[in-house]
Amino acid sequence: MRTRLLAATAVAAATTVCAATLSGCGSGSGGSAKTIKVVYQQQLNNNNHVQAGFLEPMVQQFEKANPGTTVKLVPVTASENDYYTKIQLMMRSPATAPDLVYEDTATINSDVASGYLQPLDGYLKSWQEWSAFAAPAKAAMKYAGDGKTYGVPDDTDTRGLWYNKQLFAQAGIAVPWQPKTWADVLTAARTVKAKVPGVTPLNVYTGVAAGEASSMQGFEMLLYGTPAANDSLYDGKQRKWVVGSKGFRDALDFVHTVYGEGLGPSPQDALGANIQAAVGTEMIPQGKLAIDLDGSWMPNNWIRTGPKPWPQWETTMGMAAMPSQNGQGSGKVSMSGGWAWSIPAKAKNADLAWKFTRFLESKANSAQWNSVNATIAVRTDVAADPTYLKALPSNAFFTALVPATYYRPGLPAYTQVSSAIQKAMESVTTGQSSVDKAASTFDDDVKTAVGADNTVQGAR
Amino acid sequence: MTVTAAAAPTAGPRRGRAVGGLLRGVPLLPAVVLLVIFLAGPIAYCVYYAFTDMQLTGASGTHFVGFDNFTRAFRDADFVNAVELTLVFVVGSAVIGQNTLGLALAVLMEKAAKPVRSITSTVVIAAWVLPEVVAGYLMYAFFFRQGSLNAILRGLHLPQQNWLYTLPILAVCIANVWRGTAFSMLVYSAALNDVPQELVEAAEVDGAGPWQRLWRVTLPVIRRSVMTNLMLITLQTLSVFGLIYTMTRGGPGNKTETLPVFMYQQAFTSSLIGYGTAVALVLLVVGALFSVVYIRLLKIEED
Repeated sequence: MRTRLLAATAVAAATTVCAATLSGCGSGSGGSAKTIKVVYQQQLNNNNHVQAGFLEPMVQQFEKANPGTTVKLVPVTASENDYYTKIQLMMRSPATAPDLVYEDTATINSDVASGYLQPLDGYLKSWQEWSAFAAPAKAAMKYAGDGKTYGVPDDTDTRGLWYNKQLFAQAGIAVPWQPKTWADVLTAARTVKAKVPGVTPLNVYTGVAAGEASSMQGFEMLLYGTPAANDSLYDGKQRKWVVGSKGFRDALDFVHTVYGEGLGPSPQDALGANIQAAVGTEMIPQGKLAIDLDGSWMPNNWIRTGPKPWPQWETTMGMAAMPSQNGQGSGKVSMSGGWAWSIPAKAKNADLAWKFTRFLESKANSAQWNSVNATIAVRTDVAADPTYLKALPSNAFFTALVPATYYRPGLPAYTQVSSAIQKAMESVTTGQSSVDKAASTFDDDVKTAVGADNTVQGAR
Repeated sequence: MTVTAAAAPTAGPRRGRAVGGLLRGVPLLPAVVLLVIFLAGPIAYCVYYAFTDMQLTGASGTHFVGFDNFTRAFRDADFVNAVELTLVFVVGSAVIGQNTLGLALAVLMEKAAKPVRSITSTVVIAAWVLPEVVAGYLMYAFFFRQGSLNAILRGLHLPQQNWLYTLPILAVCIANVWRGTAFSMLVYSAALNDVPQELVEAAEVDGAGPWQRLWRVTLPVIRRSVMTNLMLITLQTLSVFGLIYTMTRGGPGNKTETLPVFMYQQAFTSSLIGYGTAVALVLLVVGALFSVVYIRLLKIEED
């Protein structure tokens, strides 16, 4: 009897373990011809309702213009990584697939490869306004495997250095400030550390918890500024992932220096899941952070409808382009991403979803979205629009970075490589591994993820 | 084992008895069907996925890859790290922590006055009744840098540190001890009631001290409960996920990344469902190994 009880317990425990890997989302969806389900991300910071605030009136207008239709907004409250996972799980099954989904350009190719999305070429052919979209943004929507387009971008972003002019004045650094090399950035941070106690000199996102923010705002802003530039992570000519490069170790060493010398936030804060919200809504507005390597969307936190209204940002915060490692090339670096509306392959009502997309992406509505969301316009007619340029004082600066910007490799394996980058960053941030060891772990991870045949030795 | 011994006579040569046995089993059918669908089904699925390269995103299809996931795991330094941490966590927090503390509490409470007993058991059981995530959050609030532990240490003028950063595995072990001790305490309280009082008194008359009475009389009498308790808390602790994930997310670095957390990271952060499932299967084997050891020990006792 006891044996049987024990065996049963063992089975029950085992099942719990398995169930944890297998459980997905279970909510059903009603799919009548006049109803669409639209999924977007509600950020974990519950005060940030910018997208909901934009979409809700849009839905009302759309439903009024198209009587009898219902647009059901489905916010998915999650961190970025969990959002990707949740929408992927939703799109796997026809029972849960939405009709329209808000996709990060970082995962769109990966999701196309998995067959989650449907091509929009048929719809785009008869939509003249498509020609108004900027070419690089359109290119990012194309899947290399079949040359078809899988999303309509609604914004992009660029990245650079935000700095607090008041703290710089206290540290005795002249503003406007434009560093020419990585060393200039570190020098400024060290000066702040020496002259202004109690202030974090420099934030570079790092580690697994901050997810893609670590890879893109943090690491790639450095890596793409090394001499290999656009070929530093993925060699486009040889079509192989780069491993073992000096540039990679240099970028990792920068992160190591920032956290090793105590120039960044304390590693325990930097590695916490809450760091992005803390930087945007606490550290910067409270004047506790001097330099932040971050995105063009930061004013989102500070505008009247944002989570931390802070009108003084316009006079307090300065912007500088991130320099390349030694000032080579154009001398500055930016990374771009952005979001797009895509129609899942298992959508029940693709036609209506497309109609709603076209409505959201009209010139007027795009301009409104780019203004309220502090994002960079992808429609060229919106980018030249004076109301857009005046909507935020930072728009002109970040729109001007577009020529120096890089897009991430639009490849399915990118998400795994990105995870490997975050792991390498985390291990040097904690000091758990040396730069060389973390770099070689990255090499191994990439080889495992993409296959050793698909990697190439970078410049040593 | 007892199961086979009981089944042997029914499987005798006479047909009539076999048919009768089958008929007697009919009422069990609904339960068996449910078990197959909801227990055996997912496990079979899980076993199948473990041998494929299924990905949540980035792959056009799922292919059978044989033992690739397993060979990959044993060559993966992070996996080995996760296995080691899991052993530390299970031995430290369950076998040593919960088990010993549960026994100590049960023994002490037997001797204690009634009000002390009810207050202690309420406090201990409260930690156990809390949902895992709530318990994890409370423990996070206790250990984190501006948390209550450091506030207490500051009040006592003792040095403080960031426990979740400097000693993360110890912090999660203590959290699990805090949360799980009630279970062992309840098992042992029940077992101690069954210890014949005259045995203890006889030992006392013979001049045995309290330690000797515990070690030579009480423990041998309750040894089966000890084994059952060890087995149950080991299996519970092996699959602890929410507590660790809430407190540290497996970090900093991978210093608290036990197998369940590692499995989750691989399956959902790196989108490698196949690999994550293979890790789950390994976790299953680890649990089975522990069970076999305990069952063997029990059997030796019974013989």
